[in-house]
Amino acid sequence: MKFEFTAVNLEKIERILPKYPDKKAAVMPVLYIAQEQNGWISGEAVVAVAALLEMRPEEVLGVVTFYTMYHKKPAGKYHIQVCTNVSCMLRGGYDIFNQVRAKLGLENGEVTDDGRFSLEEVECMGSCGTAPMIAVNEDYYENLTEEQVDKILESLQRS
Amino acid sequence: MEKIVLPEINNLHLIDVYIENGGYTAAKKALVQKKDDIIDQVKKSGLRGRGGAAFLTGLKWSFMPKSDDKPKYLCVNGDESEPGSFKDRQIFEFNPHQLIEGTLITCYAIGARTAYIYIRGEYHKWINLMQKALDDAYEKGFVGAKMKEKFSTDFSCEIYIHKGAGAYICGEESSLMNSIEGKRGYPRVKPPFPAQNGLWGNPTTINNVETIANIPAIINKGWEWYSRIGEPKHPGTILFGVSGHVNKPGVYELPSGTLLTDIIYNYAGGIPGNKKILCVIPGGSSMPPLRGDQLEGVKMDAESLKAAGSSIGTGGIMVMDEDTDLLRVLARISKFYFHESCGQCTPCREGTGWMYKILQRLISGQGSTADLDLLISVANNIEGNTVCALGEAAAWPVKFTVERFRDYFETRVNSQTSLPTANKVHSMRNTAFPLSDIIR
Repeated sequence: MKFEFTAVNLEKIERILPKYPDKKAAVMPVLYIAQEQNGWISGEAVVAVAALLEMRPEEVLGVVTFYTMYHKKPAGKYHIQVCTNVSCMLRGGYDIFNQVRAKLGLENGEVTDDGRFSLEEVECMGSCGTAPMIAVNEDYYENLTEEQVDKILESLQRS
Repeated sequence: MEKIVLPEINNLHLIDVYIENGGYTAAKKALVQKKDDIIDQVKKSGLRGRGGAAFLTGLKWSFMPKSDDKPKYLCVNGDESEPGSFKDRQIFEFNPHQLIEGTLITCYAIGARTAYIYIRGEYHKWINLMQKALDDAYEKGFVGAKMKEKFSTDFSCEIYIHKGAGAYICGEESSLMNSIEGKRGYPRVKPPFPAQNGLWGNPTTINNVETIANIPAIINKGWEWYSRIGEPKHPGTILFGVSGHVNKPGVYELPSGTLLTDIIYNYAGGIPGNKKILCVIPGGSSMPPLRGDQLEGVKMDAESLKAAGSSIGTGGIMVMDEDTDLLRVLARISKFYFHESCGQCTPCREGTGWMYKILQRLISGQGSTADLDLLISVANNIEGNTVCALGEAAAWPVKFTVERFRDYFETRVNSQTSLPTANKVHSMRNTAFPLSDIIR
């Protein structure tokens, strides 16, 4: 599928470039814009970003694959991230992870058939003092109980 | 006790409230002084970096070359990815202008005209809060070209936020610079050090968010005042993040040298159900753990923790009660470092995976006490053999947990299995271990 930056996004990129003395340095923020527009970083998006920043596509792909927050395949509309690192683990992080798995019928890294939900077990999100937590796309939900997780998922399922 | 970094003032995150409370006066004061005098004050204050290494901040600044033939940069490290650390987000949320003001003063002192605040990508909310504060500071003329008029000076600098994308290793300073340059976040070989050869080959200083947030107070109230807070060799307040099995987890700003037990029992409200403590990691998950019976009298500052056999790290205190399955905790820590190893150095790339596999085998009941020695051996062969400190970060928790809880692990392993060595070799046939390492 062809990928082209929208005019609005090209404008956004124009505003990012002057932050760095070198075009290439804008690759991370530009990839975020591509991901926001496309939902994930496709091969075509990599090529478009490379052309825009005068980089080789391989270089851009190297960046994409290094960082976990760039989706290498389509994520769900609601990307559920559950932290199971130590501080969350000590306060029930794995219980929450298993609860979300069961509720959505997903294993780690999977997307529901309707494309609405995806699940990812993530490393420490910096919510150690408010553990356990999940993140839905960009939003943190902290100090969770099982009931609250149910409520969050149900409200997303209804929406 | 006075709080320096997170004072209890309502709405301090708003620029007007910050100004009403004396905000940006330290920058005004600093920008008319000689650069070397600023560095000297910070040196004398004794301020040490809050990102893990506790290096003397003023000394670090003094490594920057004095000549102006190349552009200089400041990177403010807000990658905050060490498990157990969640303090910088408090600064982004509750006192962002103090961070901006500290950044201005630091830029001036080291001669940088550009600063990048690197914030981990998951912190969308805090990036937005920080950006809002930065926009307000620009609008009021505290940052950027308008500074010259505002502060009646020749100096101006730009501050940008660079958003990370989920790589723990980018908290390592050279990796962070590669990330800003738009590269994979591989750590660089040192020397050359960043002060000589940093961002785009130019002189660069990298400081932690909390470190920078301390600067305005040092300028305004003086280095003598600052150096008298807490432990003389590691003065100031520290943001301690307490997590795990405590009644009131959270961030507590306290003078350095506060007793660990005081933090756990008084500030963080003790252990739920009044259980005993099995283990405490005092400085984020990469630091050596302390046994429950090693906590008495331990003070929270760099020197005291070193003497106690651990390290201050990021001040992230992880508490585990007596019912914790330490084997699973250690395996989870190992999984983290295995996942986050950038893959550049063989000992770390392979060794972290081996340690995780061995720990998985112990959990599944297929291991033996010889595996405990094997873990220590693998850890020892990672430590010191890598480009960056992720090697130590991965090796230390394994090595020190196994050593300090040897009896715990032996009991645990023996009660599960009495597999003869032959079986062990069999169970390892599909792994990457050379068999010669196992059959001695």
